[in-house]
Amino acid sequence: MRDAQLLEAKDLVRRYSMRQGFLGRVTEVTAVAGVSLALDRGRTLGLVGESGCGKSTTGRMVLGLESPDGGTVAFQGKPMPKPGTAGWRAMRARMQMVFQDPLGALDRRMTIAEQIAEPLVIHGIGTPPERAAKVEALLRDVGLRPDQGARYPHELSGGQRQRVVLARALATEPALLVCDEPISALDISIQAQVMNLLVDLQATRGMAILFISHDLRAVRQVSDRVAVMYLGTIVEEGPPDALLHDPRHPYTRALVSAIPHPGKTGERIVLQGDPPNPAARPSGCAFHPRCPLASDRCRSEAPTLRDDSVDRRVACHHPHAPAVARAA
Amino acid sequence: MLRFLTTRIFRALLTIVMVVTFAFVVLRLSGDPALLIMSVDAPPEAIAAFRASWGLDDPLWEQYLKYFVAILHGDLGRSMRDGRDAIALVAERIPATLALTLPALAIKIAIGIPAGIYAALHRNSLTDRVVMGLAVLGFTVPSFVLGLLLVLVFAVQLGWLPSGGQESWRHAILPVITLGAGGAAVLARFTRSAMLEVLGQPYIRTASAKGVPWRAVVRHHALPNAAIPTVTIIGFMVGSLIAGAVVVESVFSWPGVGRLLVVAVANRDLAVVQCILLLVAGTMVMSNFIVDLLYGALDPRLRQARAGGNA
Amino acid sequence: MASDALVSLRDLRVAFDGVPVLRGIDLDIPRGGAVGMVGESGCGKSVTWLAALGLLPGRARVSGSVQLDGGEILAALPATLDRVRGGRIAMIFQDPASSLNPVHRLGAQVAEAVRLHRGMSGSAARAEAKRLFDQVGIPDAARRLDAYPHELSGGQNQRVMIAMALAGQPELLVADEPTTALDVTIQAQILDLLNRLRRETGMALVLISHDLGVVSETCEEVAVMYAGRIVERASSDSLFARPTHPYTQGLLAALPPLDGARQRLAAIPGSVPDPRQMPAGCAFAPRCSHRMAACGAEVPRSVAIAPGHSAACLLSDVQELVDA
Repeated sequence: MRDAQLLEAKDLVRRYSMRQGFLGRVTEVTAVAGVSLALDRGRTLGLVGESGCGKSTTGRMVLGLESPDGGTVAFQGKPMPKPGTAGWRAMRARMQMVFQDPLGALDRRMTIAEQIAEPLVIHGIGTPPERAAKVEALLRDVGLRPDQGARYPHELSGGQRQRVVLARALATEPALLVCDEPISALDISIQAQVMNLLVDLQATRGMAILFISHDLRAVRQVSDRVAVMYLGTIVEEGPPDALLHDPRHPYTRALVSAIPHPGKTGERIVLQGDPPNPAARPSGCAFHPRCPLASDRCRSEAPTLRDDSVDRRVACHHPHAPAVARAA
Repeated sequence: MLRFLTTRIFRALLTIVMVVTFAFVVLRLSGDPALLIMSVDAPPEAIAAFRASWGLDDPLWEQYLKYFVAILHGDLGRSMRDGRDAIALVAERIPATLALTLPALAIKIAIGIPAGIYAALHRNSLTDRVVMGLAVLGFTVPSFVLGLLLVLVFAVQLGWLPSGGQESWRHAILPVITLGAGGAAVLARFTRSAMLEVLGQPYIRTASAKGVPWRAVVRHHALPNAAIPTVTIIGFMVGSLIAGAVVVESVFSWPGVGRLLVVAVANRDLAVVQCILLLVAGTMVMSNFIVDLLYGALDPRLRQARAGGNA
Repeated sequence: MASDALVSLRDLRVAFDGVPVLRGIDLDIPRGGAVGMVGESGCGKSVTWLAALGLLPGRARVSGSVQLDGGEILAALPATLDRVRGGRIAMIFQDPASSLNPVHRLGAQVAEAVRLHRGMSGSAARAEAKRLFDQVGIPDAARRLDAYPHELSGGQNQRVMIAMALAGQPELLVADEPTTALDVTIQAQILDLLNRLRRETGMALVLISHDLGVVSETCEEVAVMYAGRIVERASSDSLFARPTHPYTQGLLAALPPLDGARQRLAAIPGSVPDPRQMPAGCAFAPRCSHRMAACGAEVPRSVAIAPGHSAACLLSDVQELVDA
């Protein structure tokens, strides 16, 4: 059913121009080099990758905060309006974003009740008494007490602030929530609380979530589907458990084996080199300089994201090669 | 590098042009030189003749254009009071001004910076509070108030030092102190906050953790980083070597460029004022430019913007 | 009391402006051993080692005992401490980019440590710096010596920090959240490097982290801290097989599992208490699902549960609840 697909992004491309020093040579940095993803109503897609992979940029394009240089974004079957237009502003009520730093996302001078009510005010939803009631309900939904509405952000803990940010994001009852590293800045026990909260809120409100994170553990916990990004492209996509237990792409294998876990034994794949520089893309497959399986074909030809088996897509020329124990 | 230089030079020239244009317009619109230079009860024909000979009846833009063209030929006009070349008039006053501002700059640096560093290293101690208290006094008390106070105490009451004029080196003592005090105060405060900011950085803790003795941490790790913002302020002080003594020269009747400027403005002696402003703007712009170049030498991060990632 | 421990901390306490932040730490670091310190923000895991090395700001009040090889170093003379820091105990920190001096070249920063502790100078120091760069796996070492911190990536900067720490040939390396600011695959590289260096040099390691997984894989012994105290201490295997203190259990339950059915995480309710408003008795009691009245009366002492495994909980003796 076409209606079930809430969000569809096709072949997104995003480039930035950077000037190197005073000499003025302009380099083009391709942050996102052809990403397609789809999100259904009420489902969570996890987007995983390390620095420079373009996951945050993808999140912003999906929300329409940035216009892609190539490709399209369609929300509820209709193309995304350009940023700043009236149509785009109206869309803000249907989609929201949650960032990594809760303190930075909140205005120091407004009480949290005012901040949660702000989207309602902006979109002209409800009368003042109705808004007040909604704010109270939202505070309860995120696990805060209504009397805490009179507090200021600096009076709350990190976890409480992130709850406030969530409440504000949910005020207009959006159909899509994009969370960019929403728990990385929090303590472990608070991370667990917020993950539980996200899952609960999705169960009751039915919004779709794009969960962007570098933490595969957290992504597995909350997502229905996971896409792994590397240097601007998706290299593997599939259900979380399948991806964790049978990763097909060499990068996914390294990522999975790098997850530190108590009581973990066995060989770990240690990748050589640093996360790549988007300003200097390798030829062919972007991962080949660090890949233990790289062949000549990998150096010259970039693989496309292809169906590998039921419910799995991989962009690799050798997805079923035996796992290499150490790339050291 | 070439691109950097050309943009900076262009911007410098633009600044100078704007300063001079501003002065040009304001001076001409705010008073009649003819009336000011020739006394008020001079005969109208004399005034009219004066105006005609100096081109003051021409439309403003025409005067401006003529002036601009003249500058490009190196002719900065003549004083309306005594007919001499403006450049010569100003040039002969420069040594007198420098005789005040250079020692004052030395005082500012020699007192201000060590005081600021000491205060930062002994934060919240009695010395810190005393030094900062004095610093607040130093830059809130206007220079003419300080100057007059010093004159009152040392020249009038105690009779130790002369109160004005330029006869001997002793005449320079009070003006130099007045000039130096305010700048030392500013520099002390600024150096202190630059040092405090640097001392709070993680790399200072790393240096200590490496086993570097504290004195060496301050000298070798903290100071080079604190120097970067401090250089801006010093650059500003160098830039005002010519213009910075206007008030003090007036208080102490010191015959420097500052006094000349005050008199020339009062008389609307246009060419002289504009010549001085050109000089002042040029000095300031030049010292800012040197500071920009110094930044590159002091802070490797500014030498070349990275395109991101590994070298 | 282990007499052959390299470093012994006894009743180490730290207070900032009258607010206690560290409330009595007892810990032994065996020679060549690897001890992990785990806890959330405000538990004092970093403060412990900053205090031991005298790196806290002047307004911190430190008391207790820190013995290095039998000699007391807490409140030692500055000259003594300068020799210990980097020469016998080295420390590396969380954000390598800001922990390196931005206006000095990397080779010079490492050579400085070499000069201080190994008595080399000039070209000999530089050659040693290059050897250290090679040892920590920095590619193209000769050129990197003249680079500045901002020209290298986070992972490479952390390697430089490690090289700088090794320059003095220390017997103990304290790594304070060395991988928190780095990507997961780089984290794997750095942890791998630390393990390799330990094998090569026989150096002891203290690894401070909020990530239980990181600590479990690298360390033989783990100390869990909460609100300025060690609440549980055990060998790595023992801690994860039999977590005893409710906080440890809570931390492990809060980690999203990699296998098994996906279910709600058993999150610990509430949050870490403000040090100015510390509850009386056990600091964890307000958040503990097993709390009893006695928990609020006094601070539980550390009780041995098994050889080498102790927990500071009144319930430690009670068998049924321990295995909950």
